[in-house]
Amino acid sequence: MNSTAVSCRKVNKIFAQGELAVHALTSIDLDIASGGFVCLSGPSGSGKTTLLNMIGGLDRPTDGEITVAGQRIDRMSMSDLAELRLQHIGFVFQAYNLIPVLSARENVEFVMQLQGVPSSERRDRAMAILAEVGLQGMEDRRPGELSGGQQQRVAVARAIVSKPALILADEPTANLDSVTAEKLMQLMRDLNSQIGTTFVISTHDKLMMSYAKRLLKLHDGRIIDDIIQDDRQE
Amino acid sequence: MKTPFSMLVTVAWRNLWRNHRRSLIMLAAIAIGLWGMIWMTALMRGMVDQMIDDAISTLSGHIQIHAPGYLDDPSVEHTIAAVADNPELDKLLHSPEVTAWSQRIRVPAVIRSERDVYGITLVGIDPQRERGLSFIADSVVSGHYLESVNDQHVLLGRKLVEQLETKLGRRIVILSQDPDNNIAERGFRIGGIYDTDLQATETTYVFAGIETVRRMLKMGSGVSEISLLGHDYRNVDGLAAEVRAVAGTAETSTWLQLDPYMASMLDVMDGFIIVWFCIIFLALSFGLINTLLMAVFERTREIGLIQALGMPPGNILLMVLVESSIMLLIGLLAGNLLSWLTLLPIRDGIDISAVAQGLEWAGMSSILLPAVKTSDVLLANGIVLVLGVLASLFPAWRASRKVPVEAITRIWQ
Ligand SMILES: Nc1ncnc2c1ncn2[C@@H]1O[C@H](COP(=O)(O)OP(=O)(O)O)[C@@H](O)[C@H]1O
Ligand SMILES: [Mg+2]
Repeated sequence: MNSTAVSCRKVNKIFAQGELAVHALTSIDLDIASGGFVCLSGPSGSGKTTLLNMIGGLDRPTDGEITVAGQRIDRMSMSDLAELRLQHIGFVFQAYNLIPVLSARENVEFVMQLQGVPSSERRDRAMAILAEVGLQGMEDRRPGELSGGQQQRVAVARAIVSKPALILADEPTANLDSVTAEKLMQLMRDLNSQIGTTFVISTHDKLMMSYAKRLLKLHDGRIIDDIIQDDRQE
Repeated sequence: MKTPFSMLVTVAWRNLWRNHRRSLIMLAAIAIGLWGMIWMTALMRGMVDQMIDDAISTLSGHIQIHAPGYLDDPSVEHTIAAVADNPELDKLLHSPEVTAWSQRIRVPAVIRSERDVYGITLVGIDPQRERGLSFIADSVVSGHYLESVNDQHVLLGRKLVEQLETKLGRRIVILSQDPDNNIAERGFRIGGIYDTDLQATETTYVFAGIETVRRMLKMGSGVSEISLLGHDYRNVDGLAAEVRAVAGTAETSTWLQLDPYMASMLDVMDGFIIVWFCIIFLALSFGLINTLLMAVFERTREIGLIQALGMPPGNILLMVLVESSIMLLIGLLAGNLLSWLTLLPIRDGIDISAVAQGLEWAGMSSILLPAVKTSDVLLANGIVLVLGVLASLFPAWRASRKVPVEAITRIWQ
């Protein structure tokens, strides 16, 4: 695994807040290898979300270069970015991950539907992946009828179902109790080792950090520490 | 990259029912708006149809032929050749394009009873030919209609009989001028009394057999006017051109030219219908835009989410348009149904005699028959649907312009 999934060169992000300029990210240089399982840690306001947004093409850097899946994304058009996200990136957000009017299965199928996967195949894959994340029998429930942990598992199922090269998760366990949170981390870690999907996960939970193969510490928009901790790999 | 349309419809449909109350209010507004358009137009069209019908049957017909100058000075000097003396016209009048026709002598006159004297228009008619062309034959309420061109009786309007303080069977005297400017005078017995919705008609026209009038006025073989009906009052120009071609030096006019008041009334009505549609639509579109903006605003997060997941901005726009189209279509369906249900009970007309006195000047009769025209219904539906979708473009565009991060930062913080 020596190919690069994500690379950032001198990435800066400055938010103009009225008269004030907030330096959310300052000169980020970063390479993430394919198959990585990276945790971004750091206190609130350190720039974790901003960095994930940049990598996911949800927002543009003020300057610097970002390459994802071999493509320069910092100057891409909105619709090209949408296409890139659809084909290469899976997202798990902190909350409100699911489309409220769609059932768990329909939510999982949503991305595949956009990708043009035929309906019977879509259905089979959604059912299989929901079973895999432990949601058998709950496929037809709407998000409102699922617990927070179950909703997050649906989100993970949706993120992985079309086997994207990269999954970005922003504090996916923040709203979960520790047992559920650990199960979810374990699930993602298993997927990482089984399929080789690259994960970039932000968290400020110590337990979560211990699952990472590589731990990046952010502070005031800078990377202040970069620790390789492969001890948990079997 | 294209989002399957079925998915857009599914999501739009379910989104529509998330806020039942708001959607139902909007649906009701669309339905009632359409109902207002259709109902109002049906009544106004009915009114106009009736006015035109009255105008046409009050002697004008669809097309008339006169001697040049007759319209400015309707005197006995201005006559045209009778139909029998114009073979080409005779042939045209007997073609299938013409449904009815007649010729008349029509002169200003004075009528005198034992009690009073009034100025009138004396009309010499061919009683059989007037059937189906003008109102006269169907309006006789006492006595009898004229029997032939030589009938010695006269037909008077009810109001005129009242004013002259005379009655059926009594004698009256009519005075006019012959072509040599001598007074022509003749006594008649009142053979019948007719009744119309318009008092002005009743006090103006006195009918007699055309040959009787000719003898009274010592006229040659000419007539004052020839009146004819085609198939459709809206479409008379073609027939008028054919008539003009065979009418020689005589003047051919359509009913619209003869009744400029009616023509401008028609224009006003058409304008009013458009204005009315626009007012209703404006009210509707404000509601629609607001409803959609609210829905889009409430769904900022999920719109950001589906954009983050890779739905292209254009499809998000389409999704909002699909939602508003579904709403518009259901609303229109309900509105058409409502219109139909409410027009059904009054399809034989509503009695407006309570207000008809005041409306008489406008040429209205007292039973109003709603006229539902397919073109009006289609226009109303089309306006609401097309402009409705156009009005939703703005909220839809707003939704598609939500940069994912802005929509999602609300989630991530
Ligand atoms: N849209 C925005 N407008 C202005 N400032 C922002 C915006 N998003 C983030 N910031 C600022 O950038 C910094 C980094 O924020 P964020 O990336 O959300 O940190 P974290 O996710 O680590 O808590 C913070 O100071 C935050 O206030
Ligand atoms: Mg954050």
